[in-house]
Amino acid sequence: MKKPSLGAILFSLIPFAGICFSVSLWDRIYPRILGLPFNFFWLICWLVLTPLCMWGAYRLEAPRALDPKPEPDTQGSPQ
Amino acid sequence: MSGSAVALIVISTIVAIGSLIGFTAKFRRKMDLEQWTVGGRGFGLVLVWLLMAGEVYTTFTFLGASGWAYSRGGPVFYILAYQPLMYVVSFFILPQMWEAGRKFRLQTQADFFRVRYGSRYLEAVVALVGVVFIIPYLQLQLTGLGIIVEVASFGGIHRTPAMLVAFAIVAAFVFTSGVRGVAWVSVLKDFLLLFAAIFIGIAIPYHYFGGIGPMFTALIKANPQHLLMPGATKNLGHAWFVTTVLMTACGFFMWPHYVGASFTAKSGNILRRNAVIMPLYSITMPLMFIVGFTALLVVPGLTNGDLSLLAIVRQTFPPWFLGIIGGAGALTAMVPAAILILTAATLFIKNFCRPIFARSMTDHHVAAWAKATVLLITALALFFAIYSSSSLVSLLLLGYAGVAQFFPGVVLGLYSKRATAAGIFSGLTAGVAIVAFLMLTKRDPLMGFNAGFIALCINFAIAVAVSLLMPGQPTEFFAEVNSAQTTSPATTE
Repeated sequence: MKKPSLGAILFSLIPFAGICFSVSLWDRIYPRILGLPFNFFWLICWLVLTPLCMWGAYRLEAPRALDPKPEPDTQGSPQ
Repeated sequence: MSGSAVALIVISTIVAIGSLIGFTAKFRRKMDLEQWTVGGRGFGLVLVWLLMAGEVYTTFTFLGASGWAYSRGGPVFYILAYQPLMYVVSFFILPQMWEAGRKFRLQTQADFFRVRYGSRYLEAVVALVGVVFIIPYLQLQLTGLGIIVEVASFGGIHRTPAMLVAFAIVAAFVFTSGVRGVAWVSVLKDFLLLFAAIFIGIAIPYHYFGGIGPMFTALIKANPQHLLMPGATKNLGHAWFVTTVLMTACGFFMWPHYVGASFTAKSGNILRRNAVIMPLYSITMPLMFIVGFTALLVVPGLTNGDLSLLAIVRQTFPPWFLGIIGGAGALTAMVPAAILILTAATLFIKNFCRPIFARSMTDHHVAAWAKATVLLITALALFFAIYSSSSLVSLLLLGYAGVAQFFPGVVLGLYSKRATAAGIFSGLTAGVAIVAFLMLTKRDPLMGFNAGFIALCINFAIAVAVSLLMPGQPTEFFAEVNSAQTTSPATTE
């Protein structure tokens, strides 16, 4: 299988950093935003930010997937 | 008419409409095995989205999430964390899986293992492990359904007969309409769920506290630690959060039925686009948490947190509205249950029984036997639902910990030529054994870490080590997927 591009992988690491690994930084109640505890507000934000990051990854990956597949009669493969 | 009668009539009406949609979907197409299991591989963006959303948002979303917000507090945020991340993971797995599916006409996850690793025994083991861990997930749906009817009837109907009736209906529409019928019922279900979540998530805190902000102020005043991790628990802290989120995000698209759903797509990029937009759909989740948090203040002292959403709805609104919420809840249990049953039955016959006992079985026979197995699997899950009392989230975490053990086999299988059947088999067996041991002896979490995550790490290490130490022949899989250079006849055996 075609390996994903480095750019797409970097884009996808952003949500992991923001949501998962940084938990001890954002798991707090104050400052409250829009009345919500900070941890709750932070995670809700990532429901929107994650699609933005992945849209970036999509822009990089989708054209690669649409590349005309080398047919058996053409010469070389990238592998 | 009494309140419970009104609520139950509304629920039955919604369930009847849902079933009708499921039944009519079959009249449009001839059903063979391929049509029944993967919808003929012709679903576009909308139908794939509906099917996946239909499978992702289950009773667990509805009752389990509010239940944990009520009984556990802060740790419930893990749900909000893993949902966007699982789509991130899916972005790199499903389109590749789909491509292999199209090349080799795969219908199930176990098919992938057979073709990629060239081993019928690995196929059978994968199928069996898949079926075993689907059972708790199915049990979760059944339990949720029982809870709904019990609360809506004000305790008048016990949950056991309710579960029996509802699952007779589910089994019936799985029989007749297959995956396409299920996708269309999802339309009704998602519409109702969205409406229900937005309405009660905003109206309930407004009714009691004048808004969501004041509700949180009251909760923080009453119990300042509840909204932080570990909340109302002793051992679900930050280490648990990180390991559980990683395990579930990796494990999610290892559920055999999601693999099936990805095969229904028309192209790989449909699955990529889906992965980009799906996190937005999780926006109903925070509203469920809010209902659970409000319920903690308004109806405290419930012994079973999973009842909290329905209990507060019952206390706040008239019975017909409880009926609508209950009906939405019933469909959110039935749609995923139908898919789970369909997948488990197909896996069991096609990928477990056929390679082990009857290799000459035709697809036609597989379809017939799979339909018979539908009843067996439903009965098994009913049995567990009636005789066990686990919370909805615990059932979910058990299922995840099990299916997450497929992750090394799938990822290494797609991206590394060096992974071998022996390596994946050893890793998977070790992973499942560790999960079973830790979960059944109640050692989850172990020293603050999620048991499924620990098992997954060991599984991965063993899979890599064994694959490298005992290299095998590359299978036909890569030869054909990267078929560029091989014009020579692909010798497979």
